[in-house]
This record gives sequence, structure tokens and C-alpha cells, in this order.
Amino acid sequence: MAGIWAVAELAGGRPTRLSLELATLARQLAQASGGTATVVAVGSGAAGAAKELAALGPRVIAVEAPTEGDRPAASVVAPRLAALAGEARPDVLLVSASPDGKDVAGFLSARLDLPVLVNAAGVRWADGGPVVQMSTFGGRLGTDSAFTHGRGIVLVRPGTVTAEPALAPGAVETADPAPSAELPPVRVVERVAQAGAAASIDDARVVVAGGRGVGGPEGFRIVEELAAAFGGAVGGTRAVVDAGWLPYSQQIGQTGKIIKPALYVATGISGAIQHKVGMQTSGTIVAINRDPDAPIVEFADLVVVGDLFEIVPRLTAAVRARRG
Amino acid sequence: MRIVVLVKAVPIVGNERLGDGFRVDRGSGLEPNGNDEYVLEAALKLTEAHGGEVTLLTMGPAAAADALRKGLAMGATRAVHVSDEALAGSCARATAEVLAAALRRLEYDLAFAGADTSDGQGGIVAAAIAARLGLPYLSYAAHIEPGADGATVRVHRLSPAGYDVLEAPMPALVMGTQVLGEPRYPSLRGIMQARGKETLTWSLADLGIDPARVGAAAATTRVLTAAPPPPRAGATIIRDAPDVAVERIVDFLAARSLV
Repeated sequence: MAGIWAVAELAGGRPTRLSLELATLARQLAQASGGTATVVAVGSGAAGAAKELAALGPRVIAVEAPTEGDRPAASVVAPRLAALAGEARPDVLLVSASPDGKDVAGFLSARLDLPVLVNAAGVRWADGGPVVQMSTFGGRLGTDSAFTHGRGIVLVRPGTVTAEPALAPGAVETADPAPSAELPPVRVVERVAQAGAAASIDDARVVVAGGRGVGGPEGFRIVEELAAAFGGAVGGTRAVVDAGWLPYSQQIGQTGKIIKPALYVATGISGAIQHKVGMQTSGTIVAINRDPDAPIVEFADLVVVGDLFEIVPRLTAAVRARRG
Repeated sequence: MRIVVLVKAVPIVGNERLGDGFRVDRGSGLEPNGNDEYVLEAALKLTEAHGGEVTLLTMGPAAAADALRKGLAMGATRAVHVSDEALAGSCARATAEVLAAALRRLEYDLAFAGADTSDGQGGIVAAAIAARLGLPYLSYAAHIEPGADGATVRVHRLSPAGYDVLEAPMPALVMGTQVLGEPRYPSLRGIMQARGKETLTWSLADLGIDPARVGAAAATTRVLTAAPPPPRAGATIIRDAPDVAVERIVDFLAARSLV
């Protein structure tokens, strides 16, 4: 019987949105395979987060561990997870395709000798194992991949499923595994919060992004206002991050983040392939651009040809009026 | 300070294609992976400021030599090219094993790797190498500096709120991002000098790795199907004056319950 594990990531003692999706995905894969679904939550506040995760159906194993102390979170999570997974030998480990998730997956793959399938945009069960769908080569190609010998780790992107509570919540248990191996010491000397850290683009339902066409940091104000009107987050292209108009954490694209909001509004973005990689799987793509021949026209759902400085403020007012 | 920079030779972005067995065609036209150039730049700056040397390390086909040549022209001291016909089609697990074995043969204070590669987009090989070698692993670096005592390294790791300052004893493996700073272009002088620099070529036998453990036949993952994604339905185009355009945008979004 297949054991499907989802590894929950915690932020401030609560599961991230992606973790709730992974718990839902684990439940669905367990149903499809006739197996069992388990969520493992390792970190500060795990016991509290467990209830929220259990509402999605799987059994939850909560491991209280200091992920907000003087060690990087992944180095606290990975050895404990390796101890649990080394013993229980789940068939599939679903891990967030986030910085911490990738660090954890790399460690687990080496220590447990497990293969990794990355960047899953969808996971289904077929022929006794997970089949992982991913988008590659800047979206020019979609692939389905599998493990050659059954078991392995899948790094899952946001938006593969919608988090849905189950009819019956799963059981919660706690564990305190001895870390599988002491990791060489990496110490967190300081955690620096930078002023103006904006809403995260990873989890936002709506992302309004700007490119070079926005003109400068002042131009970004109207982009920010539109994002705020939607209750969404602000993103940008590499060019605007390089120019210092936005922090790197807001960069969308090949060397930035790959996101999948329900709505993506591109303002003054031509749609170069490096940017397209980061947003093309968004639910609905609206492009506001002066150039009707910009590459983004080819993969947008709605193209508004015009001056963004005239359109965006009016759109902000209209959205505000509608949302109250 | 001796720094080894892991470099992946990837197809030029936009030109990637699949070859035999759904494997990325890396037969020709390769360049250093973009994120690897950022860490190479950081390595060059560190050795320029504090002394030392930079060794490039790659695993790849013959065509990967082009990417190494660019790195040497940027200023690296020497290159190590792990190349063996048996490596074609290796999965991430085998890649980590081979690069870890190559690092065991090198002397270094720091090993650098770039965040995700443009062709594979995995971002896990560096962490797996660190775990195999028991090295401290400092990822998503936005800034790298030597510690005051000369025996440690300090890294700013990007976090959702800003960054965390991490410190670890050397040797250590650092995975870096584009925030480290724009890589330099090779100068004409650099290109000329690169011709005289040393490139070592190591085979699997040199590394003591059984060819049966690597390559396509030993791959732990496989691509089942590959096809262009279904095209998005053609876009609705609005060319009206701003007020009318905005009304139409709102109607469009409302019809999809997005506003």
C-alpha cells in the first residue's frame, strides 16, 4: 500500500498556503493509489499547525523543533525528516518547491538515496507511481516524468490543486525523532527584516507586475496601487529588479520566482522568454502594453493596447469601486 | 582563498531542445548557466580582494569546454572538466555523486554553485553534494564575505522578510543568486590569457566511479512524454480609449470572477 507523505512548511507557526495544497494533493494521491496520506510538520509551532493540516484529511505527524532559532530551518527539518522517512519508507514525499523545500529535498535525496522530480505543475497516479507534469524550456514544452523504481521525492509548485478540507479530519500525533545525522554547523547570526517588504508574490491570488515600460520607481506606485486594489502583490521583471525599482524577492522569471496566481496583470512588460517562464501558467493573464506586437500578446488572455499611465489608475479606481 | 565554482554548461536560453530519449540536447551551442556566472563573479571578486585562485568544475559533454573557456576568460585560474561517454543522460542523483567525487580530489576553502539551472530548473544538486560531503551548506546567497577570523564564511541568505546572516566554518558550499551582482564580460586580454590556462579532463575511472552507477541506464527518473503545451485560446484585444478600455477589462474579469 502506497504511503504518500506531504512535508508541511511552517511560517510563524502556521502552515503555508502551499503546504495546505500539498496536504490536499497527498490525500488525492492516496485515494487514487489506494494508499495512505500523511503530513509531516517539523518546526516551531508544529503542534499548533497540525490541526489546520489535519482538517485537509491526512494523518499529521507534528515534530516540534526550533526552526526559528539559531540554525537555518532546512537544517533543522531535514535530519528529523530523514529519521522519520528512513524508518517509515514512504513511497512519495511531496515537498514545497521553495528555497527551504529545495534545501530539504537535496539533503534527503543524498541521505536516503532517493530520486527527485522537480517543479511539478501537476501530479497524478498511474502505473503504480506518481506521474509528474512539468513545464520546461520556457514553456515551449510540457513533460510527464516518473521515477524508474517507484519511490522518490517530488518538488511541487504552488497551484497544482486547490486546498480543500476533507469530510473527516485526520488524526494528529506527535513525534520527536533523533536527527538522522548532525549537520555541519551553519549558524544564523541575525535575521534582517528589510523595510518595505511587500506582500509575497508566491501565495498571492492576484499579482500585478511591471516591466521597463513602467519607467521608474515612481511609475511603480500606480502598479502598487492597482495590486492593493485587488488585494494582491506586486511583481516585476528582471530588468526592473536590476534597476533597483523592486527587491529581488518580487522578481518573476527564470532567475526569479515561478508563480501561478489566478490573475496576472502585466503592465509595461514585453514578455521576453525569461519572464514568460515565471508566469505563463497563471490562470488569467492580462497585458497592458503600448506595443500590440509585444511577445506577451501571444500568451495573454486579454491584451489592452494603450498607455499604462492612463489605463492603470482608472482600472485601480474601477476595481476599488467594485470591491468596495 | 581557494574557491571551486561549479558550472553547468547549458543550451542558450530559448534554443533548448530534446534529443534522444527525451534528454536535453547538449551536443553544441552551450554557455555557462546564468546563475553560475553570478557566483563566478563573486568568486573572482573575493580572490581579487583577498588573494587566492578560482577553479571551475563542470561535468558535461565535450561541448561544455566552450562554457569553461568563457569562465577562464572572465578570470578563473584553471578548469576541471569531468567528461565521460558513460555520463550521458545522468540524473540529478548521479550528477551529485560525480561532482562530489570530483570535489573530494580538489583542495578548496569554498565551493560555489548557482541557484537553479536554466535547462533543468531543479536547484537541488548543490544541497545534495553538500550532504554527501558533509559540508556546511549556505544557500540563496545575496552576499558572501570571509569571516573576521579567516576560518569562517558569512553569507546573506535571502528570506521572505529580507535576509538572514549565516556563518559557517570553511570549507563550505555556498549556493548563490543573481543578487550577488552582474557578472563581468571577458576582456580581450582575458580571452587571450584563457588560451594558456590549464584544463584538466577527468574520466569516471579517474574518479573511481563505476560507469554502471551513472548515465541514462542508471537514471532514477525518466521522461514519459513531451509535447508542446496546448496553445492558449487567442487573446481578446482591446484598443478602446482608456475609459471604455477599463470598463471592458472589468467586465472581462467579472465574467471570470476575478474582481
